Amino acid sequence: MSASIAVRPPATRWQRWRRQYTLAAVGGALVTLWILVAAAAPLLAPYAPNAVELSTRLLPPSAGHWLGTDELGRDVFSRLLYGARISLVTGVVVVSVGAAIGTFIGGVAAYAGGLVEEALMRLTDLVLCFPPIILALAIGAALGIGTTNTIIAMLVVWWPKFARLARSLVLQQRSLEYVEAAVVAGFGPGRILLRHIIPNAVGPLIVLITLDIGNAIIIFAGLSFLGLGVVPPTAEWGSMIAAGRELVAQWWVAAFPGFAILSIVLGFNFLGDGIRDWLDPRSRRF
Amino acid sequence: MLRFLIARIGALLAMTLLATLVVFLIANTVPGDPVLAQLGDQAASDPVFVAQWRHEYGLDKPLWERYGIFVVGLLHGDLGRSIHSQRPVLDDVAEYGPATLELASVSFVLTLAVGIPLGIFAAVKRDTWIDHLARIVSLLGVSSPTFWLAFMLLAVFYGYLQIAPGPGRLDPIGLPPPTVTGAYLIDSVLAGDWETFRDAAAHMVLPSIVLASATIGLITRTTRASMLESIRQDYVRMGRAKGLKESRVIMRHVLPNALVPVVTLGGLAYANLLTGAVLTETVFSWPGLGRYTFLSAAALDFPAIMAITLLVAITYLVINLVTDVSYALLDPRVRQ
Repeated sequence: MSASIAVRPPATRWQRWRRQYTLAAVGGALVTLWILVAAAAPLLAPYAPNAVELSTRLLPPSAGHWLGTDELGRDVFSRLLYGARISLVTGVVVVSVGAAIGTFIGGVAAYAGGLVEEALMRLTDLVLCFPPIILALAIGAALGIGTTNTIIAMLVVWWPKFARLARSLVLQQRSLEYVEAAVVAGFGPGRILLRHIIPNAVGPLIVLITLDIGNAIIIFAGLSFLGLGVVPPTAEWGSMIAAGRELVAQWWVAAFPGFAILSIVLGFNFLGDGIRDWLDPRSRRF
Repeated sequence: MLRFLIARIGALLAMTLLATLVVFLIANTVPGDPVLAQLGDQAASDPVFVAQWRHEYGLDKPLWERYGIFVVGLLHGDLGRSIHSQRPVLDDVAEYGPATLELASVSFVLTLAVGIPLGIFAAVKRDTWIDHLARIVSLLGVSSPTFWLAFMLLAVFYGYLQIAPGPGRLDPIGLPPPTVTGAYLIDSVLAGDWETFRDAAAHMVLPSIVLASATIGLITRTTRASMLESIRQDYVRMGRAKGLKESRVIMRHVLPNALVPVVTLGGLAYANLLTGAVLTETVFSWPGLGRYTFLSAAALDFPAIMAITLLVAITYLVINLVTDVSYALLDPRVRQ
């Protein structure tokens, strides 16, 4: 009988990869799944999303209606599939347009410096001191109900965090030695910007964008829940939950759209965390 | 320290003035017409009545003059008059504010009581099941929509299991305690009314869990990351090398240093709780400022919306100031 010493073999490359990126892969799969669902909603949905059928109202989940029917007899599953479209589109539009505006303002501030920088950054601070949901609620109420108006209201409050991040990134990169080294090596400014500065600065922006899409989806659904986002009878997750919030016995009306929001937001959060780990090994595991 | 304080307070006042301008412009230059929202169809079609009504609320004056009146009023503590409730907005705030502050404060205590220990355990027992649990709890909390979580908890614990009370601050037959602070938990204790205290506390459980769900994740993650950062420091190795007990190293050496970023975030978390109240209060029929904000927005009650948005912005600025000052007290390098 030989004394056995427990030695764990070093993790293989695959094991290490799996430990690090399992959640990111799950997130990527969830996001891809919802994008496919949104694209193929008309093919997948067994019923029209707005087909009112009062004789079949508030049916529990069954073989005919997988997730039951709502108070107007509409099929919850079909509405859920169509709801993915609005959530994804608003989330992506708000964050990408917000990021573009914010990055532009932050970049200009960092490059211009002086009075321009001071003015732009004070403006950014000013908008940041208004909490998103309350300012969006006020603006949305003033503009009126509707998807476009709600997106505009959200954009007003969305760009400042990107402006701050972009400014700090540009300031940080511009003074780094590798930029000087590239200048000394004789590369032109275009090449330095495209091949050196952008690849180094764009990472944190991509992480923030990915994490933020989930955030935007939740806020838009919240505004819809409060009656601002979409015009009825559009199938949208937040307003579906609002329609079912008094129906405790018919829980399926409100429960399933919530699971949809939860899964898509978790997907974006996992994915964002994974991208951050990949870009910046120091921040690995949180 | 004094110079730091004066500079910060000056910036706060300047930002507040700018904030009044933003709020005023939003409320007064957008297309929604409060007249049509407030008056019935018949009244709105009568031009004499509409003109009289506009005159009464000062809506017939030029924009800059209205802004002047607004700011002068603010300086006198006059936040305007709600079109919907027909009362000064300040009276409405005084009536609904305590309910929101009570709910947000209980949620804040819950956030810290759960988030900080969970973050500490997750860091100390890194990569074990408790670390994974902490990660899942915080990600679920951050990713679930509060209004849906509120519905689910009500459906399960009130509708199905029937072990939690329904929406509202008290049972329908319950009488509120005599008002001293407006917070039922404190007022009922002051009145020695334990039955009301129990009722109010029971009604507080679900809303405070819902409201705290997102901030618990935030605090847990920050505490964990900050603990891991501190554990790597040389003074920790030193403490271990001279034979201190691990629990003492963690509690006396790592924790105080790791909590500095958590203090910064604590202020932000409290501000988030106050605004998160809009959705939570709406679902739980909680008669607080969040629900009031929602009702005002739905009724296009612009004086009320302006006042609330401004109050929240000022609260944000003040919380930021307090956070910065406490940060400066904890870390002298910041004062430079």
